[in-house]
Formats: sequence, structure tokens, C-alpha cells
Amino acid sequence: MDLDPVLLARIQFAFTISFHIIFPAFTIGLSAWIATLLGLSLWKRDPFYRDLAGFWTKIFAVSFAMGVVSGIVLTYQFGTNWSRFSLAVGNVVGPLIGYEVLTAFFLEASFLGIMLFGRDRVSPGLHFASAVIVAIGTVISAFWILSANSWMQFPTGHEIRDGIAYPVDWMQVIFSPTFPWRFAHMVIAAYITTGFVVLAVGARWWLRGKHVREAETMLRMALGILVVLTPLQLVVGDFHGLNTLEHQPAKIAGLEAHWENHGGSVPLVAFAIPDETAETNRFELAIPYLGSLILTHDLYGQIPGLKEFPRENRPPVLPIFVSFRVMVGIGLLMILLAVIGSVRWARGRLFQPGVVMRVFAMTWPLGFVAVLAGWITTEMGRQPWVVTGFLRTADAMSPIGATQILVSLVLFVLVYAAIFVSGGYYINRLLEKGPVPRGPDHDPRPLRPMSAAHDAGRVALHAGE
Amino acid sequence: MEANLPAIWAALIGVSVVLYVIMDGFDLGVGILFPFTRDERERDQMMNSVAPFWDGNETWLVLGGGGLWVAFPAAYAIIMPALYVPIIVMLLALIFRGVAFEFRWAAKPDHSLWDIAFAGGSAVAAFAQGVVLGGLLNGITVENGAFAGGPFDWFSPFAIACGLGLVAGYALLGATWLNMRVSGDLEVRARRWAKTLLLVVLGFVLIVSVWTPLQYERIAARWFTWPNILYLSPVPVLTALLAAAVWTTLEKERPFAPFAGSVGLFVLSFFGLAVSQFPYLVPDQLTVFDAAAAPESQMFLLVGTLALLPVILGYTIFVYWTFRGRVRPGEGYH
Ligand code: HDD
Ligand code: HEM
Ligand code: HEM
Repeated sequence: MDLDPVLLARIQFAFTISFHIIFPAFTIGLSAWIATLLGLSLWKRDPFYRDLAGFWTKIFAVSFAMGVVSGIVLTYQFGTNWSRFSLAVGNVVGPLIGYEVLTAFFLEASFLGIMLFGRDRVSPGLHFASAVIVAIGTVISAFWILSANSWMQFPTGHEIRDGIAYPVDWMQVIFSPTFPWRFAHMVIAAYITTGFVVLAVGARWWLRGKHVREAETMLRMALGILVVLTPLQLVVGDFHGLNTLEHQPAKIAGLEAHWENHGGSVPLVAFAIPDETAETNRFELAIPYLGSLILTHDLYGQIPGLKEFPRENRPPVLPIFVSFRVMVGIGLLMILLAVIGSVRWARGRLFQPGVVMRVFAMTWPLGFVAVLAGWITTEMGRQPWVVTGFLRTADAMSPIGATQILVSLVLFVLVYAAIFVSGGYYINRLLEKGPVPRGPDHDPRPLRPMSAAHDAGRVALHAGE
Repeated sequence: MEANLPAIWAALIGVSVVLYVIMDGFDLGVGILFPFTRDERERDQMMNSVAPFWDGNETWLVLGGGGLWVAFPAAYAIIMPALYVPIIVMLLALIFRGVAFEFRWAAKPDHSLWDIAFAGGSAVAAFAQGVVLGGLLNGITVENGAFAGGPFDWFSPFAIACGLGLVAGYALLGATWLNMRVSGDLEVRARRWAKTLLLVVLGFVLIVSVWTPLQYERIAARWFTWPNILYLSPVPVLTALLAAAVWTTLEKERPFAPFAGSVGLFVLSFFGLAVSQFPYLVPDQLTVFDAAAAPESQMFLLVGTLALLPVILGYTIFVYWTFRGRVRPGEGYH
């Protein structure tokens, strides 16, 4: 068999991590949303918010489970498929992951139990506190993992002896120069992703006249946060790009499909099909000045062209050129949607049937697609390096044959597909059913308060069929 | 201090592996026992008795695996590719059993597939973990500091025996857990399961204890030379006493003692294995001292671990305390 083990291992990693990131991107935001609702219910003393939180907690539970199981695969994959990577950078990246486990995973996993099942076992205050802790835990988790990733993008604070990286200054390792923007950008992305899911579900219920009070609350709260965060994300993304230009110029040249400088300003390539063998763009549609303006904040600023880098150090151009445009395009669309919604809200015309509401109802995938596109840009743009300037992807592999990687890849694809389809189906079913208020009406002599909840669930389940 | 770092880390990883084996052990065990009742309400009870804990329990596996990488990258880089197949199988199995906790409720009333996923995932994960252990004890082919064997080197009757033994061991933990945490018919049945399983587990412990010194010179030397034999003789004696205690407390229908005794059996078995292996991480190839990460890396994480572990244990206990007491039939959290 002539399969390239490196390629297979890359596909496997890309597949499993892309699958994983979908869930953190959602649960980081969702846990914060649930915590907010529980806080509101305490503050306003209105069980309405508590029931709404209870509803979203079910969605959260299903997504979180998928995030957790797919995350564990990743930790082990560093060893099974990328053992030379583990050996070469274990001293530096290992402790960051270790701290993620100690400061985030245990926190999330433990308080998750209380958040999901503790509603009747602990006081409302403690239940709220657990949700807040889980929400904070997810952000701490993102902190460490992005710190590790950013170090791989542009390593600092280490020295290399005999092909192995040793830490010298932990602060520089943790806060490597690309980290602050990546962290900010990712956390905002997660909140935006959840925001659009909440918005879309609200619109969907509202259009059907179901759960109208819940729907209106969700629409308002989602719009409120989105109108702030989507423009902010544009600004943060812009600075993130400037930062990348400074530290990974080949990546920027690649994602802009910018082959060489001709003097004067750099145009922005809006559309093209980059051709890597001919080192040029076909069907190019470029906007003059804009490239310089966006990337350097100067009309005549220059950015390095791809031809300035040896071929073996260039990232693949086409995929990152496309994925970057997908992300930014979606980002701009999101701003538009958030602004339209907010203007209508300000004019008191938000809650009207019509095109806007129907469009809102379809926006739930936007965040996920943008997150994936952004990560593809980041990770493929780092190629051919796993750790920029130090370790090439091809040198990071385990000494194992192609067959086992292929077989495990196929198994992952099958299993993940099954999990994903089922999970998506159940989430959708929960969304269709909507929140069930825990009214005191049916109370069949419970053993404990908890069984009342259970029976109420049962009754609702059968009623809903 | 620096010279002792590898030994400290070996001990810490040992502790997290033991904690993992005990805590995920009982919830995987509950999954393994799932097929032994067909009654939906009983299955609900079984699952509810572990639902709030499983995620925290599984995190010890992440700490164990991550800890191995952090503290002993050279060993991690050899062990993981060598045991590729059982590790991937374990991960896939853990996926099924993990999502089953939520999917089974969401799927109701058509949840039979997720019952299978829960039971099958638990059993296969336990088996694969035993195989990983057996494969590691068997030894790994290493050249120039890297794994140099084939994908099925781990396969041996011994590894399979370890796999089966761990399934039985987890099931024992699960049964004694149920004895403590459920009520009604199920509680009575759990005690019956526990007794059978206790005998099976003792059988496996015996097999492994005889097999390893016969097969490995180094292990025989460790146990059967003077004065080691003197210091180590309490291990089998204690094992026998504990087993007897588990049996009699089951007879007396005590809630907590059988579980505690089973945990004790696990700790003793683990101690026995550690005695046989130390200081090797990869038998005959790599000791904890050869494989150690840079001292500055081990130190950096050690500080955090020592500061955070008590906190983690604290809130873990808090969660277990919050969900104490028996789960009654028909009682659910969902
Ligand atoms: C909701 C998701 C989302 C949205 C709307 C945007 N992004 Fe983004 N972007 C991400 C989600 C994301 C991400 C998935 O979170 C990435 C991948 C790695 C990272 O740090 O963030 C990312 C990476 C990323 C990078 C790559 C940096 C690097 O690899 O070093 C740049 C330059 C931008 N973004 C810029 C933008 C701009 C100018 C946007 C304009 C609206 C934008 N992003 C919207
Ligand atoms: C969660 C969001 C992420 C996504 C969607 C993502 C996506 C990808 C993709 C598409 C590749 C393949 C690139 C290629 O081979 O052309 C890749 C590679 C890789 N990424 Fe990421 N990545 C993410 C985060 C991370 C993080 C946080 C780390 C490390 C801490 C990481 C480490 C790696 C490694 C080790 C490889 C394998 C080597 C390689 O193929 O480059 N990734 N990732
Ligand atoms: C940008 C990239 C990533 C982010 C933001 C992220 C964040 C998270 C979050 C928030 C969780 C818990 C909640 C959930 O899964 O829904 C989680 C789980 C997990 N992640 Fe990731 N992750 C990323 C990439 C990775 C990578 C590259 C690894 C591999 C080392 C990893 C390993 C894990 C593990 C082991 C878990 C399960 C922990 C548990 O028991 O809760 N993650 N991740």
C-alpha cells in the first residue's frame, strides 16, 4: 500500500479536532447563557428564567457530552499519532495541557454534575454558582489550550537542545505573542456562535407561535449581545491579522493569495483561484489599496509576497484563501444581521412575521461554520510546520504504519458520524418540544421533589407525541 | 529535590491511575452489569446512580494520560504508538458510553440502542484498559528510544487475561456500588452479582500473581528474594483478609463495607503491580529516571498539582456528598 502515513495522520487530526471544536464553541457560550438565566431568575424571582435555563441545560448536557468524549481522543492522539511531537515539545506544551486538566477539566466536570442534576438537591444560589463555575471553567480551558496552540504558531520562551524544546521562561511560553488576540477572538467567537443559535431558536418558536414569551426573551437577549460582539469581533480579528502579519508573514501572504509586491499599494484579492504551480492567481478580482489598508492600516503599506518564501516553507494557498474568506464573509453578514435586528427592535418592530424573522430562524449554523473556517485558516496556514520554525509536520509523526492510521480514521469517521447525527437529532427534538414549565399542577405524591420533576418530564414527553 | 522529581511524578501518576481505576471503575462496572437486568426502571436507577459523577471520574484518565506526557514524554512517545490498537478501541468505547448518559434520556422511549452503547462501551473500554496494562507488562520493542514493533505486538494470552480480569474487577466495583446506592430488588440482586464477581476476580488475581513471576525473571526476583519476601508477604495475606471481609459484609447486607473492601482489593493489586514494575515505565527498557521530562517542566506542573489536587479532591467530595443516599426506583434527575 502506498498511502502516506503523514497525510493520513493529518487528516485524522484535522477531522477529530474539527469535530471537537464544534462543541466547545457552543458550550463555552451556552454555559454562560445558562448562568445568566439562572442569575436572572434569582434576581427577578421569576421561575420563568429558571425553567428556560432548565430547558437549555438539557441541550447543554447533550452537547457537552459530545465535547468531552471527543476531547479525550485528542489528548491521546498526541501520543498515538504524533509521538515525535510529544517528545520534542512535551517539556513545553505538556505542562500547559496539564494545567488545563487541573484548573479547568476537573472544575467543569465536577460542577457539571451539580448543574445538570442538582436543581433539587442544592439551593438555587449554589445551583447558580455551579453554572457560573462551569462557564468559567470552559473559558479557562480555552485559555490553556489556546496558549498551547499559540506557542506552536509562534514559539517563544524556550531553547532547543538536541532537537528537544526546553522551557526557559514560562511567562513567555504561556503568553506567547500571538496568544492574546487568538484567545480573545476565540472566546468571542464562541459567544457569537451560541448567540446565533439562541436567536435562531427564538425566531423559530416565535414564527410558530410556540413558547412566545420565551422566544421573545431569547430574541432580545441574543440580539443585545450580538450587536456588541459581532463588530467587536471584526476589530479583534483585524488586530489578530496584524499580529499574524508580524509573526507568521507566510500565512498572511497565503491567505491573501499575495504572490509578490509590485511597488505601490497592495490590493485586496476579493476573488481568485490561486495556482500554486504557476505562482499566480487565476480569475483574480482585486480591490486596489484595500489590502494595504486592512493589513497595515496604511494605504501604501507593503506585505511580504509568497515568492519571498522558499516553496517548502509556504502554506497551501487555496484552502486558506477560501476558508479565510468564508470566515470574514460570515463575520460581515453577522454584523449586518445583528444591526438590522437591533434597528427593528429600537423601532419596536422586531416582533413581526416576515423575511427578517425567517432569516433569523436559519442563522444557527453561521457561528459553527465561521469557527471551523477560522481554524482551518489558522492551522493550515501554519503548515508545513507543526511548531513554526522548529518542527515540521512530517517530522512529528509516530513511527507507525499507514494501515493502522487509516483503519482508526475510518472508525472515527463512522463513530463520529453516528454520534453527530444522533446528537443533532436529539437536540433538534428537544428544541421542537421546547421548555416545560414545572407547574405545581400535577403532583402524584412524590417520594422526593425530584421524582415530581421526573414524572412531569414523562407526562410532557407523552403529551408531546 | 530535583533528583527525586521523577519518583514523585511516578507516585502522582500512580495515584491518579488508582483514582481513575476506582472511580471510573465503578461507573464502568455499572455499565457492564447493565445487561443483567431487563427492567427499564432498574436500568434507570443504575444509570442515575452514576450519572452525576462519570465525567469527573473520567477526568482522572485525562490527568493520567496527560500526566504521563508531561512528566515522562519519552515513555509516552513509546507507549502510545505501541499500544495504538487497544487505546483507540478504548477511546471509541468511551465515546459510546459517555454520550449514552445523555442520549439514552433524550432518546426515550426508543432508547434500546443507547442501552447497548452504554453496556457495550463500558465493557469494551474496561477490556481495552486491561489489555493496555497487560501489553505494557509484556514489554515493548524499542530501538533508539522509539517504538519499533508492529501494531499487534501487544497481543498475548496474558494481555487478554488482564482484559477479562479488569472487566470482572470493574463489575465487582459496580456491583458493590449498587449495593450501596440503589434500593429494592436491584439492591438484592447487586449483592448476588458481587459475590459471584468476587470469586471471579480472586481467580484472576491468582492467575496474574502466578503468571507474572513465572514468566518474568525480574518480577520473581523482586518478590521471592530475601528480605523482600518478608516485607511483601503482607500483600497476599491482606488480599485474602479483604476478600473474606467483602464476602461476609455482603452476607450481612452492609451498604458501605463491601464497596470499601473492593476498593481495597484494587489498591492492593495495584500496589503489587507497582512493586513488580518500579522503577520501569517500559519494562526492561525505560525507567522513570530515563524518561523524565526536563526538571523545570516537572517542577512547574508539580507546584500546580500540589496546590490544586487538594482543591480538586475537596470539590469532588462535595459533589459526592451532594448526591449521597440511595436512588429509589422511579426516581430520576432528568
Ligand atoms: C464566530 C466565529 C468567527 C467570526 C465571525 C470571525 N472569526 Fe476570525 N477566527 C475564528 C472565528 C471567527 C476562530 C475559529 O476562532 C479563529 C481560528 C483561530 C483563532 O484564534 O480564531 C479565527 C482566526 C482568524 C484569523 C487567523 C489568525 C491566525 O491564524 O493567526 C484572522 C486573521 C481572523 N480570524 C480575522 C477575522 C476577521 C477580520 C473577522 C471579521 C469579521 C473574523 N475573523 C470573524
Ligand atoms: C479546536 C480548533 C482547531 C481546529 C479546527 C484545528 C484544525 C486543524 C487542522 C485542519 C489541521 C490540519 C492542518 C494540515 O495538516 O494541513 C490541524 C493540525 C494540527 N493541529 Fe490543529 N486545530 C485546532 C486547534 C488546535 C490546538 C488547540 C492544537 C494544540 C494544542 C492543535 C494542534 C494541531 C496539531 C498537533 C496538528 C497536527 C499536525 C498538522 O497536521 O499540522 N490544533 N489542526
Ligand atoms: C481551540 C481549541 C479548543 C478549545 C477552545 C477547547 C475547549 C474545551 C472545552 C470548553 C471543553 C469542555 C466542554 C466541552 O467539551 O464541551 C473541552 C473538553 C476537552 N478538550 Fe478541548 N478545546 C480545544 C481543543 C482541544 C485540544 C487540541 C485538545 C487536546 C489536547 C483538547 C482536549 C480536551 C479534552 C480532553 C476534553 C474533555 C475534558 C473533560 O472531561 O471535560 N481540546 N475542550
